[in-house]
Amino acid sequence: MSEDAGALHVRTVTELARGIREGEFSATELTEALLERIRRFNENLNAFITVTGEQALAAAAAADKARKSGSAPPLNGVPIVHKDLFCTSGVLTTCGSRMLANFVSPYDATVVERLKNAGAVTLGKTNMDEFAMGSSNETSWFGPVTNPWDRSRSPGGSSGGSAAAVAGRLVPAATGTDTGGSIRQPASLTGTVGLKPTYGRVSRHGMVAFASSLDQAGVITRSAEDAATLLRIIAGFDERDSTCLDHPVPDYVAGLGRPLRDLQIGIVRQHFDEGLDPECAARIRESLDVLRDQGASLREVDLPNLALSVPTYYVVAPAECSSNMSRFDGVRFGYRADSPEDLLDLYCRSRGEGFGAEVRRRILTGTYVLSAGYYDAYYLKAQKVRQLINQDFRNAFRDVDVIAGPTAPTPAFALGEKTDDPITMYLNDIYTIGANLAGLPAISLPCGFAGKLPVGLHLVGPHFAEQRILNVAHQYQLLTDWHRACPEGFA
Amino acid sequence: MSLTKDQVRRIALLARLKLEESEFDDVVDKLSRIVDFVDQLQAAPTDGVAPMAHPLDQPQRLRPDTVTERIDRDAIQANAPAVKDGFYLVPKVLG
Repeated sequence: MSEDAGALHVRTVTELARGIREGEFSATELTEALLERIRRFNENLNAFITVTGEQALAAAAAADKARKSGSAPPLNGVPIVHKDLFCTSGVLTTCGSRMLANFVSPYDATVVERLKNAGAVTLGKTNMDEFAMGSSNETSWFGPVTNPWDRSRSPGGSSGGSAAAVAGRLVPAATGTDTGGSIRQPASLTGTVGLKPTYGRVSRHGMVAFASSLDQAGVITRSAEDAATLLRIIAGFDERDSTCLDHPVPDYVAGLGRPLRDLQIGIVRQHFDEGLDPECAARIRESLDVLRDQGASLREVDLPNLALSVPTYYVVAPAECSSNMSRFDGVRFGYRADSPEDLLDLYCRSRGEGFGAEVRRRILTGTYVLSAGYYDAYYLKAQKVRQLINQDFRNAFRDVDVIAGPTAPTPAFALGEKTDDPITMYLNDIYTIGANLAGLPAISLPCGFAGKLPVGLHLVGPHFAEQRILNVAHQYQLLTDWHRACPEGFA
Repeated sequence: MSLTKDQVRRIALLARLKLEESEFDDVVDKLSRIVDFVDQLQAAPTDGVAPMAHPLDQPQRLRPDTVTERIDRDAIQANAPAVKDGFYLVPKVLG
């Protein structure tokens, strides 16, 4: 189904910012229209944990005033939503967990603050896998999110609420976080654009930590141009995050006009092995043909250690998770069990009852691989293999500008389909995890359908090459309109 | 099964996680599957490879040890399950 181009809810960030600036409609009208859509659709999608209607209308009124006074910032009045692990001052930040079901942060995350300062209006906080640990949104304490393309299917995860809200045209853009594919895989499964920047490109101050050597903030949008617009605002040095890198932020939007002539695209043969759904494989090949027709050339690259990326990840991420999650003690914030017998019982039951099954599993895995006698065999070994994977990418990027392939092995899977076996679920991130292990920027963009379900094309670039992958994605979107396809009932 | 129930019991205590008796078998089964899965790393040749500390080889940045912001204790403690006079309350530790 194609969109009604005049309706406000189908427009992109770029179009909405222009509409408000030129007085075609007010920020208040826009906010009211989208809040109405959230009321109408969210009951089925369960994409939101908190809707901040009142605050949004107040922010929209302020945006309208700013426009009249001639002092409007770049995103003045543009609606956005935040994954519920970005701290928002005075508004619940639950991380999809019973542990933080009542947590109200006293401050804004840097990403939230920068978007607010740019004039964006926050409509609410989106549902997610608990503490971002999951690939289906089924581990949320607040229930699974459904996929707008098929309500019996998962939108992916962990940023599933953000992806479903953008795909369902409830909001033009959302923030997300990506530790092993948590922005890109849901973007692929919902037909949206998902950008994970270089490790350290965007401040993580105010993001609830999961695996600190992998976590990175990014955005889910409906166009590469919008992702470029938002990255320009959220990227850049922040002294409050010691892992945030001091590297100049280019004008990503201004860099979107480069033709693809001379672009060298690397293809990884293993990506097209039997693990990939044949229809997805066909869509990816067709999208590569589109890029080749524009003058890009394709060549095979070898990432010999790539097959080890998922097991490497499932040592490193749980190890860091077990360490990060130790802050939840039932004492300073978060859930506390009733009538504890003593301090040990308070810790053990608050954590046992406050965390869901997948989070407990990852804490236990992490505790095991870090425990005395196992550290060298697991964590140290995994960090060595990670070095090899990193080196593979470095070598590949000597020969090619970007690496292209599928984002996920299948289109959206049924809710409940993969919950019995953690390994089956973990393998969903097989194509995305490498970029996290090596800290590389990567983007997923819609490139067609397998049956009625969207398929995502994955582009990975060298460190700080966001500009390049955004440009390739944008050039593709100038020639195709998959990103304009709208799920039935949401047009 | 690569892990035993006793091993999992010990890990759970180290992690300060109470598991219900009824879920133990399932937890042991799933953790064992995860450990078996990550065990394929053991076969990778990594002699002489330095473990990766940071994807971009960046050192940890330090800043001068000075006060940069003052935090409102009451606002912070509004999230605590039990506080009194600015202190966090826990069950009696000393008899």
